[in-house]
Amino acid sequence: MTDHVTPPKKPDVLIIGAGWAGSIMAKELTEAGLHVTMLERGHDHSTAVEGAYPESIDELRGAIRKRLFQKLARTSLTIRNHPTQTALPYRQLAAFLPGEGVGGAGLHWSGCHFRTTEDELRLRSVTQERYGRNFIPDGMFLQDYGVSYQELEPFFDKAEKVFGTAGEASSVRGQATGGGNIFAPDRSDHFPLPPLADTFSASLFRKAATEVGFHPYSMPAANASQPYTNPYGCQMGPCNFCGYCSGYDCYLYSKASPNVNILPALRQDKRFTLITQAQVLEILLDDDRKTATGVRYIDLTTQSEQTMQADLVILSAFQLHNVHLMLTSGIGQPYDPVTQTGVIGRNFTYQTITSSRVWLPKTHFTNQFVGAGGGGVAIDDINHPGLDRGKAGFIGGSPIWVNQAGTKPINAALSSGGKGAPRWGHAYKTAMIDQYRHSLSIDAHGSNMAYRDVYLDLDPTWRNAYGQPMLRMTFTWKENDIRMNQYAVQHIGQIAKAMGATKIALNSLQHGQNFDSRLYQTTHLNGGVIMGENPKTSAVNRYLQSWDVSNLFVIGSSAFPQGLGYNPTGLVAALAYWSAYHIRHTYLRNPGPMVTA
Amino acid sequence: MTHIFRTPFYAALYAALGLLAIFSSPLTIARADTSIPPALLEEGHYQAILGDCAACHTAPGRPDYSGGLPFELPIGTIYSTNISPDPVHGIGRYSEAEFARAVRLGVRKDDSTLYPAMPYPSYARLSDADIHALYVYFQHGVAPQAIAPPENKIKWPLSMRWPLRVWRWLFAPSIRYAQQRTNSQFTDPTLARGAYLVEGPGHCGACHTPRGIALNEKAQTAQDGPLFLSGGGVVEQWVVPSLRQENRTGLGRWSEQDIVDFLRTGRARPGASFGGMTPVVIHSTYAFTDNDLHAIARYLRTLSPARPEAPWVYDPSTADALRRGDITQPGAQTYLDRCAACHRSDGAGYGTVFPPLAGNPVVMTDNPTSLIHIILAGETMHPLPTAPSAFTMPAFGDALSDKEVAELVSFIRHSWGNHSSSVSEDKVRRLRQQIAHPTVPPILPKN
Repeated sequence: MTDHVTPPKKPDVLIIGAGWAGSIMAKELTEAGLHVTMLERGHDHSTAVEGAYPESIDELRGAIRKRLFQKLARTSLTIRNHPTQTALPYRQLAAFLPGEGVGGAGLHWSGCHFRTTEDELRLRSVTQERYGRNFIPDGMFLQDYGVSYQELEPFFDKAEKVFGTAGEASSVRGQATGGGNIFAPDRSDHFPLPPLADTFSASLFRKAATEVGFHPYSMPAANASQPYTNPYGCQMGPCNFCGYCSGYDCYLYSKASPNVNILPALRQDKRFTLITQAQVLEILLDDDRKTATGVRYIDLTTQSEQTMQADLVILSAFQLHNVHLMLTSGIGQPYDPVTQTGVIGRNFTYQTITSSRVWLPKTHFTNQFVGAGGGGVAIDDINHPGLDRGKAGFIGGSPIWVNQAGTKPINAALSSGGKGAPRWGHAYKTAMIDQYRHSLSIDAHGSNMAYRDVYLDLDPTWRNAYGQPMLRMTFTWKENDIRMNQYAVQHIGQIAKAMGATKIALNSLQHGQNFDSRLYQTTHLNGGVIMGENPKTSAVNRYLQSWDVSNLFVIGSSAFPQGLGYNPTGLVAALAYWSAYHIRHTYLRNPGPMVTA
Repeated sequence: MTHIFRTPFYAALYAALGLLAIFSSPLTIARADTSIPPALLEEGHYQAILGDCAACHTAPGRPDYSGGLPFELPIGTIYSTNISPDPVHGIGRYSEAEFARAVRLGVRKDDSTLYPAMPYPSYARLSDADIHALYVYFQHGVAPQAIAPPENKIKWPLSMRWPLRVWRWLFAPSIRYAQQRTNSQFTDPTLARGAYLVEGPGHCGACHTPRGIALNEKAQTAQDGPLFLSGGGVVEQWVVPSLRQENRTGLGRWSEQDIVDFLRTGRARPGASFGGMTPVVIHSTYAFTDNDLHAIARYLRTLSPARPEAPWVYDPSTADALRRGDITQPGAQTYLDRCAACHRSDGAGYGTVFPPLAGNPVVMTDNPTSLIHIILAGETMHPLPTAPSAFTMPAFGDALSDKEVAELVSFIRHSWGNHSSSVSEDKVRRLRQQIAHPTVPPILPKN
């Protein structure tokens, strides 16, 4: 199915995946005058139809039956904790929720829209400089991105303006505003919209965190706090805190998505073609295997195999699929954990997250149904560069926040009462009501480092519906990250007490605890096609250009060498704009490798 | 605009008067001429946009200007004509004089009279220069389409054309008279331009001026008195509002910029386009130049109110009651559940994203048909290069009973200072039957 009756036979650019990264690249490259065809394996998503109120806020269809997510019957992956185990397929979505269809995960995300700390982009260098080489644990693959915060700043700024991000700056062009996150690096401009209002829960957290001596700030949210028109002319309505963000297409057009913020403008451009139901199976190479010639895909509407050629190929699918497609296309050397050579699948990381619950007196109504996906109040006291990791004993960091995003009824009923609470009868109902009305959760949402034996490769046994080997995930929690999480959670206890909690259920990762794929954590998967300065330890250069195939760019969180403390979307968008800028200003003038290996 | 002719009442009258003519047997053949200055072609193209020729002469799924847009009438179906430069099926053999006579006087090449769905009483004002540019564009800037529109399906005696000539003699102005009336109104060149655009190529009065018993517009120009643009009838279950300065039901509280925004993007601070106006915006006004849009807006703001109206003043009592949780007013609960997320409990909406209900002329017109229609069928702000976002209000026809809709519409019409009349359940029931197919979304918006 295509938007245009006859898509061009040979576009200048083929883009694989219609999420944030693909849509940004498509917009940038059509602006450069190129004909762009974007291939998306799922179908189109329209707020006007699927997102129409009130059907769109049906929790059973949405979050429970996973309306907007990847259809695992066709493609999935296998999971194991350790290299000695046999991996088994991920048959039901739980721990993480890749999207499917136009907008990708950018349609069903919450809207937490962060930048990065300055240190996270050169984490190996700063760790060595401050704490010495020996501070890096054996087996941890700590790496720099090869791009600095200062270089990315204009692109963070651009993404915020496109997303209509609501937030409060701390420092703009060297001038302190007196508000915002005092640990945040300097910015070239304010957020395009003022921060969302605090929920009652967030206001209590703000007050208590200040009392304890921390530095709370409004979370930057791509949930519009006012009506907004972005630089592409695309408009957003203001968020009304209905709570149906994560897992839903926002019926108020308030949550930024490729569908609302970029594609309306792209669809007005005759140089742009979108082909949905196109499952890409392989990036095709010429004989010397140094140039991509196009892609091979299955048109799911006709069940026929197609090829399409282009001069430039952008791989911008979800992180897992970027890695999978690199492996099935034979681009770059697959990572081998025994010899520690190869790059594709290396530095696979996730996100540490634990939610602790705080119950308040019956006079305090937290009304958990109220919420905005990206809104809330956070502290960076356990995440900022100045925290002495030498003393704390870990690498990484963890923001802590009250991000009341709206607890829907089914989820409230399933999670009621906390650990040990009765699961049925009067006591269950009382506990559920109490929790729904008078409790709140505080999250420790932290980084995750890369390790020698945590990686992605092709499964030797299991195949997907198209006969290809599935991707295999080997992942578990490691001591450094468990220590970091526990350190952060201790501080949640302090804040909860200052809030006047009647009951506190702290939750942290435990030593020796394995990753459990049955429990939802986040969809923040990273790495596997990482960026860097050395082709022996990275798959793409600092412009996200493949070291091996110079007319292939791989965009997305697959480029992150390790997992951020923050949510990944802001960096994904900034890297896409950064890469697009250099394609437009350097690559198109002189196609070829932009960095000499 | 031409939808006016689809209403049964007018259609029956029309049938009695005669039927649409088809251009036939031209003698000379137009051909592509590379010596035509591109600027002249461009000007002609712009004139075609100003006159919105494509609205009737380009039908969905058919080549540009090849006609074939059906007009479903009780006495049969007629189709718009092919005005591409094809010598057999189009107007390729029209001389410029013949073209000018057809456009401005409604007389086709063979001397028979055009069906007045063609707004020649308005086009009579077109200047010779504009006609020349249009002619050059339709002869050299449009591809000839050698296809005939479907045959009209109307039986004799209703298919006779001679009564149209009588109509023309009675109601269509001469070129000289029309031009004098419009051109002499203003010495300010911007206002004069605005008057020319509104009364001439824009043919706004075709819908927005009330019509007489013989379907004639009761006024052709501001000089004809306050009926001009004072609001048309009901077309396809949409009320055509006044474009004059009435405070509550006209444009009395719209700024010049509001009118410009509305015509350029289909959305403005005080309201958004819907119903029959949307095709006009998306095919025509969005592409007008800035100067022309401002000229139109400035001219419309000179039109005195056709009727006295007490100024609309915001009344906070509804918003206060809703804030207190007082939902005792019939319709209040439905409003909070279904409407308030976007239009807010204070009825103010959100800028150009979600239109206001408080003080919106569409809400306060005597005839509540448009408001009921939108609630039953939903509406979409169409994506445009000037405003690509396609905000869509869902249809509530399936979710709400006639009683609930009546109470809701009454609630909206009573609240926030709107002080308009209540709506009966019966009115909703009748309208629901008349809206054969939900109008939204004709083309599914993709964002």
